[in-house]
Amino acid sequence: MLDTAKSSRVEFDYSGGERLMMNMGPQHPSAHGVFRAILTLEGETIVAVDAVIGYLHRCHEKLSETLTYAQYPSIASKTDYVAAMTSEFAYVMAAEQIGKIEVPKRAQYLRVIMAELQRVASHLLWLGTWCLDMGGALGGGATVFLYCIREREMILDLFEMLVGARLLYGFYQVGGTRYDIPDGWVAKCRETIDIIDQRIGEYEALLEDNPFFLARAQGVGVISRDLAEDVGIAGPLLRGSGVTFDIRRSAPYSSYEDFSFAVPVETAGDCYSRYRIRMVEFRESIKIVRQALDKLPDGPISSRPGLKSVAQIRIPKGEAYARVEGPRGEVGCYLVADGSAKPYRMKWRGASYSNLAVLPHIIPGHKVADVVAIMGSVDPVFGEVDR
Amino acid sequence: MTRDEAKTRIAERFTGAQVEPASAEATAGRGLPLVVTIPPDQWLAFAQFAKTTLGCRFFSFSSAVDWKEQGLEVIARVENVDDGVALMMKTKLGAGVTTCASLVPVFRGANWMERECYDMFGIRFEGHPDLRRILLGDDWVGHPLLKSYAVDTPHPPYR
Repeated sequence: MLDTAKSSRVEFDYSGGERLMMNMGPQHPSAHGVFRAILTLEGETIVAVDAVIGYLHRCHEKLSETLTYAQYPSIASKTDYVAAMTSEFAYVMAAEQIGKIEVPKRAQYLRVIMAELQRVASHLLWLGTWCLDMGGALGGGATVFLYCIREREMILDLFEMLVGARLLYGFYQVGGTRYDIPDGWVAKCRETIDIIDQRIGEYEALLEDNPFFLARAQGVGVISRDLAEDVGIAGPLLRGSGVTFDIRRSAPYSSYEDFSFAVPVETAGDCYSRYRIRMVEFRESIKIVRQALDKLPDGPISSRPGLKSVAQIRIPKGEAYARVEGPRGEVGCYLVADGSAKPYRMKWRGASYSNLAVLPHIIPGHKVADVVAIMGSVDPVFGEVDR
Repeated sequence: MTRDEAKTRIAERFTGAQVEPASAEATAGRGLPLVVTIPPDQWLAFAQFAKTTLGCRFFSFSSAVDWKEQGLEVIARVENVDDGVALMMKTKLGAGVTTCASLVPVFRGANWMERECYDMFGIRFEGHPDLRRILLGDDWVGHPLLKSYAVDTPHPPYR
């Protein structure tokens, strides 16, 4: 009897000193897309990480050389599909810079309104999925996710009223916007942002009074200011590390100088700072939308005549780098034009690409469970990473 | 530091560099980069100078442009976020040349950017710690963003 019990016990002979390679992804629910992290572990602690990306590469840069300036903006929205308005914005701004094309004031305001609504929608999806990732710690997990999705739907309804699509819009075009707002849209928009403005406080109450949430977020995934600038991370991550840098403020585009808004900055550089930055940005974006709706000027929505053929827009020889402050940071488009109807070269500076590049620097030293919290706080969208 | 001061300092230190304001003057304002063309042998030294002397610590991106028979051009954008001075650094490698100094010793952000550049253009960055493909599979043949690579180039299906 005693002998059997002894023999059934398995000796692992594990002292905790040996290293183990573990594959996380590419199909992992916390990756928000297809991302593979090859972790080297010592016990539960990560000592090295190799990030493997490219699973969603769709040759955007090569493809753009074969599409005209009128065709590509609607493809551009497929880079960052969670904030589709943003990448279209950067592309048309680059073309407008080279061609010295004026954009009417009304179109500039409409662009700002959509960009800010998009930021709110994108941050809602980020908050929901991040809290879902940290699941059990938040007492049920899906609560915050479902609340956030409920609010995001309302913004998508607004976009559907505007362009007829809910995910990929094709709203921006060189010289202005493709659509004007329909009747009743402004009233519905005001109603929506009022509701969301009120509910942000509810999310904060749900999360910030929760000791488990604080334990998972505070002091985890610290990015120093030096590392932040060196790697070139942007947006809420950069501002969470103590750098006051917001393109809307430091290099205003599309009439952002007309609106008053705060640029939140936190100095701790951890997951919790990044969370706080985005929570403040919700309110600031709503503030900008309100101001833009109040001051929305009348007039044309495009400085160019209606398109008769896709090759109608010709951009003179030149190059430009246009950037916008997307929900995830600096979304830039470097465009080289050769005078034809198609770009000679186009380069995306995807915010998620640079933000993700910081992971190998900050993950070592953390536990496996923290990878999920850190990755969620970085908010990568793999369409934009892999392009 | 203003853009003009930066321009003067660059001209003093790097006589071989050409400095010009970016072509899109119409949208002038803070954040519009100075375009600096540097000889390839001074690429790394200039990056070090930009970071330490000009305070351009923010590494935005780097990439390349294939100018067909004139060869490849490597670009990098760095920025001093406190003063709003941005530099668009460029270097022409020359016809047929596919090697360039890596900026990784100066900017850690150059790591993934140069891997992508190697992936797409086949530029070998000397001094890069980990130069391998990043977006395409390891068994991919060719470098797709070269102008000599046709859009419809056949490739074996993914395994």
